Amino acid sequence: MLSLPNFAAQAFNGLVLGALLALIASGLTIIYGTLGVLNLAHGAMFMVGGYAGVVAYQYTGSYLVAVAAGSLFVMALGLLMERVVIRHFYDRPPEDQILVTFGLGIVYVELVRLTFGSLSQSMPPPSWAAGITSLGFMIYPTYRLAVVGIVAVALLALYLVLYRSRLGMIVRAGIEDAVMVDSLGIDVYRVFMIVFGIGAMAAGFAGIVNVPIAPITPDVGESILVETFVVVVIGGVGSFPGAVLGGLIAGEILSLTSMVDPAYSQVMLFLVMTFVLVVRPRGLLGEQGRA
Amino acid sequence: MAIGKFGARDAGPVSRRTLLRAGAGLAGGALLPSGLILPALAEDQPALGTWPDGSSGSSVFVGISVPRTGTYAAAGEDLIKGYELAIEHLNAGSEIMTKISPNIKKGVLGKEVKYGIADSEAKPNTAVQNLTKFISDNKAVMVTGSVSSAEAVADNKTADREKVIYLVGISGSNDTTGKDCVRYSFRECFYGQTAAKAIMPVLIKNLGKNKKVAYLTPDYTYGHTVQKSMEEFGNEGGWTKATDQVSPLGTTDFSSYLLNVANSGADVVVNINFGRDAVLSIKQAKQFGILDKMTLVVPYNTPFLAKEVGADTMQGVFAATDYWWTLEDTNPIAKMFNDAFRAKYQYSPEWSANLAYAQIAMWADALERAKSFYPPDVIKAYEAGAKVQSTVGEVFFRGADHQLVRPVVIERGKKPADMKTPEDFYDIVEVVPGEGLMQSPTEFGCKLGSYT
Repeated sequence: MLSLPNFAAQAFNGLVLGALLALIASGLTIIYGTLGVLNLAHGAMFMVGGYAGVVAYQYTGSYLVAVAAGSLFVMALGLLMERVVIRHFYDRPPEDQILVTFGLGIVYVELVRLTFGSLSQSMPPPSWAAGITSLGFMIYPTYRLAVVGIVAVALLALYLVLYRSRLGMIVRAGIEDAVMVDSLGIDVYRVFMIVFGIGAMAAGFAGIVNVPIAPITPDVGESILVETFVVVVIGGVGSFPGAVLGGLIAGEILSLTSMVDPAYSQVMLFLVMTFVLVVRPRGLLGEQGRA
Repeated sequence: MAIGKFGARDAGPVSRRTLLRAGAGLAGGALLPSGLILPALAEDQPALGTWPDGSSGSSVFVGISVPRTGTYAAAGEDLIKGYELAIEHLNAGSEIMTKISPNIKKGVLGKEVKYGIADSEAKPNTAVQNLTKFISDNKAVMVTGSVSSAEAVADNKTADREKVIYLVGISGSNDTTGKDCVRYSFRECFYGQTAAKAIMPVLIKNLGKNKKVAYLTPDYTYGHTVQKSMEEFGNEGGWTKATDQVSPLGTTDFSSYLLNVANSGADVVVNINFGRDAVLSIKQAKQFGILDKMTLVVPYNTPFLAKEVGADTMQGVFAATDYWWTLEDTNPIAKMFNDAFRAKYQYSPEWSANLAYAQIAMWADALERAKSFYPPDVIKAYEAGAKVQSTVGEVFFRGADHQLVRPVVIERGKKPADMKTPEDFYDIVEVVPGEGLMQSPTEFGCKLGSYT
């Protein structure tokens, strides 16, 4: 379906797809970059955010409350998870960290399934973003447009916290030399816990923002996790700008390939990832030695 | 039809066979387990599959493998409801069960039916593991269930290898009783070929000739065969393919596919997606404004689709289906079934529940006519093509490919204002008789294997 209007439509759609991927991936990459823990429960936390938000929506009927509830619930879950489980795994080999986070992910999925069943749950877009908008070259669901703005604001907030705040400074210092920061009287573990909470919150936030686009089911995190990994690898493991760039690239790959043949969009995504790994193993914006 | 001459319910080949066997099989009889209730049957045969172990006690076990998670979970859960109601009725010897299977008393051949349920996740590998476990651990005399044709085909092969009868759940691919058919499997529901042949004349009559069609097709055997059949029968009305958007099973965001559809210049969208894929793709097509410009058609309707996407979206939409509950207006068995189902589950049954119920009832009927659990005898009882009264009228299994010859129901979404009850989503436009819809049994390459 190669035509100019379709190209414009798909390129734009790629931006929308990419925005959400960028947000989820930035959560994953912040945690890895700071704590060195690859959180395989990240996809499940995306899903938990969706469910927590939908429950809040069912009680209040408010989109804003739903988004706040989804984000904060997953943040709390992240804080708890770090304090109770992850903290004991910082000094263990990466295989142990991968296994424990993978296991926790399964637990979350099955708990949600036990509580809500397998049928999908959904939530309508807020009234100010309902309906469709004509962009001239195409008509587009208004909410999907709004998501680009919502995600941009969220990414900006993350950036400010990580790069322009005292907390961010401590985090970055902690990454370089945790012992030194500790001996300066700063509780590094407490900072790590907060970082884990923030990273988790990004997933939860994306989870609930995505619900009006695609209703959620307990297993929705599986495919999200895979795509998120691809994004992180393309952008550079541990790099926040890399996650944003990787997300946008992945969104465009998925969308533009589907114009030629949708069956190949996932294949193309992995081909590009492989190419990046071969040419620049640390990822597009990754730093040497981190990954 | 010539079926009548095979179809005598009470007489015929089974009793003659039984006599021959009884005479010849004395030596084998000594080896049988002591609890066997039917001493004179088939005892000259060596053990086959789970026979005779599976049917030597006072009960028999049936293994149900359906998706309870993932894209097809809703249909899977509905199948379970149908199976459970049917088994409950069978063990009680209820009136509606005797309408479909007149010879039953309580249970089958005097044995109570017990069952187990496993989640197939609509994945062929998981489904095969479930079946294998039911067969080896529980000595299942029959296994059943599927929502994806990919798992149905895998189940077919497993059942045939293990020599245990398998009743297909939902499976719309032509291949299930076509090139992937097996001796040990039987399908109740309609499929791509029959759906396309039934719905296309209605579409051409109502929507006009020479339309351009965009297809939304799930990427596996079901999607591809239904798409091919629709395209083939569409050609007769000058319908041509504008685009075919093939998506993987379990897609949640259809935006890229839908943009291609929006830019394809099509007049009609034929959505072949099933389960949650159908729900999401239709909801999103609405969001992208596609359904305001193009007419939606659903050649293989998903259970609960109208409930999930809303009557507003489904109004005027033509769909082909196995069963819709308002058939009760003309069919007393459907009325009995619906009433029993509503009493137990508080809503009117969808076609998946009807399918599961019918499969169990017709299995009981075949067993009672075979008067034996010996698989080849049961299969031959099915293959005799006896006519069965069902919730969709008179039906029978074709011996040559084990496909039920059954009507296809063409329905059309009602305007919300015309709905008499919250469940009154469709008008039945036509009930197209099965015989005329079906290809010759060899057309899709069906070669049934050996009985033993």
